[in-house]
Amino acid sequence: MAGDITPELFAHLVELAAFELPAGQAEYLRAELNKQLESIRELEAIRVGEAIPITSHGVPYLPAISSRPSADIIQPFPHPEEILAQAPESQEGYFVVPDIPHTEL
Amino acid sequence: MSTDPDPCDLTAHEVLSRLHQGSLTAVQVVQSALERIRRVEGRRPTAAAYSPTPEELAEDRRWVHAYLHLQGESALERAAEIDRALERGEDPGPLAGMPLAVKDIFCVEGTPSTAGSRMLEQFISPYTATSVARLERAGAIVLGKVNLDEYTFGSSNESSAFLPPVGNPWDPRRVPGGSSGASAASVAAGEAIASLGTDTSGSIRQPAAFCGVVGLKPTYGRVSRFGLIAFASSLDCVGPVTRDVSDAAVMLGAMAGPDEHDATAAQVPVEDYRDFLDRGVRGLRIGLSPDYFRLRFPDPGSGRIQEQEIGGEIAATVRHAAQLLAQEGAEIVEPVGMPSTRYGVPTYFAISRVEAASNLHRYDGVKYGHRTSQPVEDLREMYRKSRGEAFGVQVKLRILMGMYVSAAQYEKHYYQQALRVRTLIRRDFEQAFSPQGKFRLDALLAPTTPTTAFQLGAVYGDSVLMQYADLLTVPANHAGVPALSIPAGLDATGLPIGVQLMASDFREGLLFQVGRTYERATQDEAWRRAKPSLLEDLSAHP
Repeated sequence: MAGDITPELFAHLVELAAFELPAGQAEYLRAELNKQLESIRELEAIRVGEAIPITSHGVPYLPAISSRPSADIIQPFPHPEEILAQAPESQEGYFVVPDIPHTEL
Repeated sequence: MSTDPDPCDLTAHEVLSRLHQGSLTAVQVVQSALERIRRVEGRRPTAAAYSPTPEELAEDRRWVHAYLHLQGESALERAAEIDRALERGEDPGPLAGMPLAVKDIFCVEGTPSTAGSRMLEQFISPYTATSVARLERAGAIVLGKVNLDEYTFGSSNESSAFLPPVGNPWDPRRVPGGSSGASAASVAAGEAIASLGTDTSGSIRQPAAFCGVVGLKPTYGRVSRFGLIAFASSLDCVGPVTRDVSDAAVMLGAMAGPDEHDATAAQVPVEDYRDFLDRGVRGLRIGLSPDYFRLRFPDPGSGRIQEQEIGGEIAATVRHAAQLLAQEGAEIVEPVGMPSTRYGVPTYFAISRVEAASNLHRYDGVKYGHRTSQPVEDLREMYRKSRGEAFGVQVKLRILMGMYVSAAQYEKHYYQQALRVRTLIRRDFEQAFSPQGKFRLDALLAPTTPTTAFQLGAVYGDSVLMQYADLLTVPANHAGVPALSIPAGLDATGLPIGVQLMASDFREGLLFQVGRTYERATQDEAWRRAKPSLLEDLSAHP
């Protein structure tokens, strides 16, 4: 059984989630995460061995109701300028981003 | 004094009938809805910081605040087209003239599609969701986009970035439920005749119950999700919010079915659900389960899980419904064991958070959505600042829990375990509905919610207690089965109570059949004549 979410583990999760948290939010978030864990831990007491299969979604997608594979044909969006117009920054048809961090191998 | 209802208070099938008779025009219906919006809406929610003075707060708690985007002009143009089509003798479709409020989690071309988040505050969708397009083809008129919990994450509508929060038309100091809260509130208040919502753990049925309207969560895969902004992809369902069961049947028929743009839309033929409405319930087996009358939820103080029976008024309403259906010829079967119901919320905590974290990683401030205006050193800092600024606190909470539950060292403990427990929940339903089983049910009848609508601010912030508002609705999402919530009475304070019916996969027609029978059996009951308090006030001050 896992323990509480410590400040160190919380900081790691925040890094994974790619958040910079405004002042004051971290304490609330960590407290709520630990409260939610109390509920999630109810699952640990349920006896389900490997014999109980995983259900990835409720309705079984048997072949009779599943979509057929379709040809992989590119269908360009007719108005790409509308998509580019949603970008915070674009130039000559490209999305513009800040420097991408890299390390020399 | 005339007792004719305003056109915006009619059902879609009543509108259609009057359009064909020539006693009403689609333009009049839209004008009526726009006038109602003007009278009950209050100030438009915005993403600006919400710090009302006590006087402003008191004023805000008098109104609905459902619409984030209203397109009255284009709605009137579309209505005029429908009227012209009728004049030419053409069939404008089964939903002709029906003003539709679209939950702002659907993309509608050329409109802001915000998901209730600052992240998408400026986003204009370049395309339209399949479900919306199909409803428009059937004659529905999109009146605008309505508020929701941010990215649908909530059960009260209070987590939206766009405030004031939505008020329940039966008492605007109370929540409309969520996340399709503004959908249900707008339909209850006559600001639309129907709405398009989504249900991941009860987000159509719980607000429908709180606002005294009908809400359907179809079978998983019954309705295309193309153009729906994703939350938890193994659970999300698109469905109607309406005034009565007949309208829900017509709406589902118009939008269900395979879609080349969504591989998860099942290849199952769509029935004409209207055919089921008058079949009655003679010979049907309808079950009651004690596991839907016993609530397990954490004590807000200690956090310890406690167990208690559901409130007497809600239990009595469900039993009354069972009695009426029995009088109509159904066989009531009890007790039906649904022992895994209690695991619904813990299982949901694990599964939905992992899927939410995965789906929300796409918001990076590059291709669309908010990008920080602060100076940044590199791409990663831009991600962190943009996401930190634009996501609300409940969204962050869900993503962080998703990160935790899916981490390598905990994944087996929690996520995989949850997926196996989900199998147990599904088996409860399979056993209840199996033709060879002990119960052989056609439908299961249960309360929709543990309580009636609670006060704004009473639960918000307690993310665990808020999640338990869904404890009676979420099992159907895990199992994928269809579930219909219908209004069934009022509590002692005059707030709506909903009951839900669940059936096996793709048997929505049967739910409409039972639901419509219940409507007919209760048509003379006193509560059917009650109106939301906001509309009573309008009648008193025309």
